[in-house]
Amino acid sequence: MSSSIDGINAALAATTAWLALGMLGLLRPHSVRWVGRVLFPISAALSLVLAGIGLASVLKAPQAAVLPLGLPDLLFHVRLDPLSGFFLFLLGVTATGISIFSAGYFRTGEGTPPGLMCFQYHLFLASMGAVLLADDAYLFMVAWETMALASYFLVTTHHRLPEIRQAGFLYLLIAHVGALGILLCFGVMHGTGWQFTFDAMRTAHLAPGWSSVAFGLALFGFGAKAGMVPLHVWLPEAHPAAPSPVSALMSGVMLKTAIYGLIRVTYDLLGTIRWEWGLTVLIAGSVTTLFGVLFALMQHHLKRLLAYHSIENIGIILIGLGLSLTYIGTGHPALGALGLAAALYHTLNHAVFKSLLFLGAGSIQHVTGERELGRMGGLARWLPRTAFLFLVGSLAISALPPLNGFVSEWLTFQAALLSPALESGVLRSVIPLAAAGLALAGALTAMCFVKVYGVVFLGAPRAPKETELHDVGRWEQTGMAWLAAGCVILGLAPVPMLRLLDHVARLLIGQSLGSQALRSGWLWLTPVAAERASYNPIVFLVLIVGVTLLTFVLVRRFYHGRLRRAPAWDCGFGGLDARMQDTAEGFSQPIRHMFGPVYEMERHLPSASDAKPRFHLEIRDRFWSVLYLPLAGLVEAVSRQVGRLQAGRISIYLLYSFLTTIFLLLFV
Amino acid sequence: MAIPFSWQLINLLAALLLLIAFAMLAQRRVTALIGLYAGQGLVLAASTAAMARISGLPHLYVSAALTLALKVFALPWLLHRVIRRLEIRWEVEPLINIPATMLVGIGLVIFAFNLAEPISQMASPITRSTLGIATASVLLAFLMMITRRKAVTQVIAFLAMENGLFFAATSATRGMPLVVELGIALDVLVGALIFGIFFFHIRETFDSLDIHHMEKLKEH
Repeated sequence: MSSSIDGINAALAATTAWLALGMLGLLRPHSVRWVGRVLFPISAALSLVLAGIGLASVLKAPQAAVLPLGLPDLLFHVRLDPLSGFFLFLLGVTATGISIFSAGYFRTGEGTPPGLMCFQYHLFLASMGAVLLADDAYLFMVAWETMALASYFLVTTHHRLPEIRQAGFLYLLIAHVGALGILLCFGVMHGTGWQFTFDAMRTAHLAPGWSSVAFGLALFGFGAKAGMVPLHVWLPEAHPAAPSPVSALMSGVMLKTAIYGLIRVTYDLLGTIRWEWGLTVLIAGSVTTLFGVLFALMQHHLKRLLAYHSIENIGIILIGLGLSLTYIGTGHPALGALGLAAALYHTLNHAVFKSLLFLGAGSIQHVTGERELGRMGGLARWLPRTAFLFLVGSLAISALPPLNGFVSEWLTFQAALLSPALESGVLRSVIPLAAAGLALAGALTAMCFVKVYGVVFLGAPRAPKETELHDVGRWEQTGMAWLAAGCVILGLAPVPMLRLLDHVARLLIGQSLGSQALRSGWLWLTPVAAERASYNPIVFLVLIVGVTLLTFVLVRRFYHGRLRRAPAWDCGFGGLDARMQDTAEGFSQPIRHMFGPVYEMERHLPSASDAKPRFHLEIRDRFWSVLYLPLAGLVEAVSRQVGRLQAGRISIYLLYSFLTTIFLLLFV
Repeated sequence: MAIPFSWQLINLLAALLLLIAFAMLAQRRVTALIGLYAGQGLVLAASTAAMARISGLPHLYVSAALTLALKVFALPWLLHRVIRRLEIRWEVEPLINIPATMLVGIGLVIFAFNLAEPISQMASPITRSTLGIATASVLLAFLMMITRRKAVTQVIAFLAMENGLFFAATSATRGMPLVVELGIALDVLVGALIFGIFFFHIRETFDSLDIHHMEKLKEH
């Protein structure tokens, strides 16, 4: 008992220590050495400790405490249960890698001084920890808003650039609209007791209509933070604007706090789950997935591309959650547990590989100073380690075995393939559609990362100055290596992970994953039954390594074995230059053609007779023109009408008060 | 039934007050407006004194004396000084022409009497009309404030509005506690001084006291 209490104290202490580290950064705000070499390594160690605490608490019973903080009658309640433990683990593991990377990343002379960055960064971490630990709506909202503000300041690090200020504003706006949704959701959920602790919400009985309203508000609010379509527009703007470790943290962890919030509200606080919710989430998730990947393919700005992939992966997580909710709502809790486990697994996986990819993008940007894919190329020659680590991340996000992305997507498929168990014909037909969408998204992701890796690291350099480049420093490499190792381990050891997730599922659903899934030993992952499907990453690994080695040996032995160095793809033509390579735009052209109606394109094609042939292509998000611009126009029109009241003439103002007086005299 | 003389006096004074309020609404010359304001103050002081006589409340004499000093002598003198310094003689064309304003004013008076009706039922039969008149003169002063362009006339209107309120307080409800009245008197004085300072600042900024120019301050 006492050890569990210690768990929550330790988690609180770690969160507070983060805050303290941030404050220490303010002591010497301009010293890169102090912040980078002293504070960030300590922070990384602290994150590792927190990951351990989180991991340990997944296995334990929930522990709650009341802090002597907050308003007099409204003290902060905290609670550490397997769900928050799992997300703390995610936070800790990811933050460890990112903090190590950051130790080498921050330099002077770029926007906000490093000490201030350090403060904002740690405030961001601590507020995310507080969101996960909160056990009442009050602390949750305080932490949630702190998180939004801290990340806003991090996004606008280079605040002198107007487009970055714009991106920051858009982010803050959507974050606030979302927070409003969450606040209203809590307002609905407290029932009639005016008690805002989560415990009171668990016991409050809501009418089915009201609980659906609460769910809708939660989906809207958390969806805005997670980047669910159509609330995704801030992601592709904010992620490229932020410094890379911040993008990594936002994409890797902050989006996950929204998933955490959605799970917490839906499974834990609302209680009775309805299958209609599941269907809503499923559809939203499928749309988000396809939208994300289709737009990612069209991007030629590396971090923007990754941001669209974050949208896609949030969609995959939502598909898992939607499946789970549908199964639970129709009375199949065991299948629901599988869907939940898949979603949570993918949450962790995405945190790890997406952080890795963002850090990789940051390294590339630091070394080359380029953000556009069209100006990179052949970087593997100068950045061999970064190239390798980025490759690991690319393979993981493309869901290739034996890495981690495959496991969770495969689990999601397994959950989807169990849909014949459902009674409703509509659901039975919708779920396979979602699965098909997921499969398409997986293939397109792989294509997208073939494009990214090919254009960035392979081929010949496209911009001339790339000749004197050096790979990033040790700190950066270590940070990325830590995350890459995470990709490999999570991919090779799915069964222990699933056992961990089983604790979460038992807490939330009261139902264990199928006993088959947990009993099946370390090697074979059999989520449902051995005769149905099973997966062994080790076998895959051995097979892949074996085939590669065999091919290598065979080629060396039976081929002539002589080595000849010549320009690749020359084809005897000679005179190859960098402009003859396939470009990012060219590579994705078939997809652009096939999915043409999805995009809003502005294209200028050169004709044969042009003196100066010019190719111009701009792809825009249809949601802007269909949803956001009319909305903004509406708001503007309404404010203009309201603004008419402000005539600026004293007589008019006096008339207002006169009429008000008359009105009050008349009717009150 | 013979109504006591002092009651008749109060009713007469109330009628005068309303008449002056209309006269102010119709008056376009600033100096005359100040004269009317002083006259209204005199009526007010007289009615307060009459009220003091009827009710036998000694502090009402004090407030009558205060009204006389402040509203008949001090403030008109102050306003005269201001307009002499600022060289304002004429009000420019008001926003709504005067006959129309008068018509609206009549409507307001009817409205005010209707409004005061239920309250007057509870009061003694003699003060019945005074509350309506007080409300009417407040509303008329408000109307004047809306329809005038010069800052000075607006301030006079504002002060006239205060007169109406004061009349309501003394005649209909037999006066407020002395402390409150002293406070109000001081407020009016200080308010007038502050307005005086503002006049100079407004003129310095816009070269005119026409508040029309202040529309430039609006954010576009």
